[in-house]
Amino acid sequence: MISTDICIIGAGPVGLFAVFEAGLLKMRCHLVDALPQVGGQLSEIYPKKPIYDIPGFPEVKAQELVDNLMKQIEPFKPTFSLGERVDGLERLADGSFRLTTSDDTIIEAKAVVIAGGLGCFEPRKPVLENLEQFEGKGVAYMVKDPEKFRNKRVVLAGGGDSALDWTIFLADVAERVTLVHRNETFRGAPDSAEKVFELAQAGKIDLVLSANLKALSGNGHLNAVSMTTKEEEITVETDYLIPLFGLSPKLGPIADWNLAIDKNAISVDTFDYSTNVPGIYAIGDINTYPGKLKLILSGFHEAALMAQSAFKHVYPDQKLSFKYTTVNGVPAF
Amino acid sequence: MVNFEVEDYNGQRKTVEVPEDMGLSLMEVLKASDYEVLATCGGMALCATCHVEVLSGEENLGEPNDAELDMIDTLPNITPTSRLACQLKISEEMNGMVFRLKGDGV
Repeated sequence: MISTDICIIGAGPVGLFAVFEAGLLKMRCHLVDALPQVGGQLSEIYPKKPIYDIPGFPEVKAQELVDNLMKQIEPFKPTFSLGERVDGLERLADGSFRLTTSDDTIIEAKAVVIAGGLGCFEPRKPVLENLEQFEGKGVAYMVKDPEKFRNKRVVLAGGGDSALDWTIFLADVAERVTLVHRNETFRGAPDSAEKVFELAQAGKIDLVLSANLKALSGNGHLNAVSMTTKEEEITVETDYLIPLFGLSPKLGPIADWNLAIDKNAISVDTFDYSTNVPGIYAIGDINTYPGKLKLILSGFHEAALMAQSAFKHVYPDQKLSFKYTTVNGVPAF
Repeated sequence: MVNFEVEDYNGQRKTVEVPEDMGLSLMEVLKASDYEVLATCGGMALCATCHVEVLSGEENLGEPNDAELDMIDTLPNITPTSRLACQLKISEEMNGMVFRLKGDGV
């Protein structure tokens, strides 16, 4: 079990900066994010895009901003549970919280800050009749541990970079890799596409092009995937199917935590960005209030005010005195 | 003004009317018209949550650029007339066109 002052759900730019603002007030933070890396949509969707509206940075690439934030919060030694989704949130009798993740990690915290952006990124799923039946029983949407596929037969589906990269990687790990793609060509990185064609020519992988997934079959566990090409329907016996069609954000379990929700965003009081549940705050793109602007800039401001208010949940007996970093520096843990 | 039809996730079609001189994209118009379009990336052709299928009038649109084609190619549910609404600027040529929402609903 992890015990901390503040549990921050979402490790995007606003969640990361919240660690800094909390740290200045001597509050420790643990962050949970469904993605395997920090940075939220900045790292996941547009790492190389320049951002022009961060004060003091005429231009900064999204990933650079994330890297800088990680450096900025380093003195406050945040801890992370990455690649895990917070599924359960329970308020304990003493007013603190117990959070449970998709990997059964338990986190106890005196305050909770939801900085979940647009929600958790979840894999886009192909439309297949009995797909859900095989989830976790042969159908996987991400490769968390490649060793799981050692000496197994794997079908990958998709045409983007991740489909190409994992095909190349798993070619050396799995017993047999089949890549199914809807088109004749790949629009992912040309080097990766070339490598995939080379592997196919050398007979190391099977490439099924201009094909669409049609049906899954198996008895308890997946054992075959059917697909249609222009000419025929073929069935490939397999242990795993990994559909890689990108990620899409969903509000997810947050919707079930008795928080006031307005159009997929959490309603907050702009005094301190608190929700209707004492001790739970919502900052950044996930919250809403009159005049809300979904800007990183706004999220940073919200983080600062949130920390001032969260202090009374973490240190109920202490009086808060506001100090400037120019006067006090950054009092590292 | 430009008039076109939008078919939502339930198959309901409605006419949407917009001025053509505001420099809006179809994604921005859909959001402003309260359609369930996430537009996670804000219009950079990087998330494909504003995926639409052009049901009628696709010949009126310019060819998609590389960024749009790359992103469409990653989706599981494309059709030959799939486009990203964020890459379609509202123009007179859209008069009478029909779009079906195909993106990830909110």
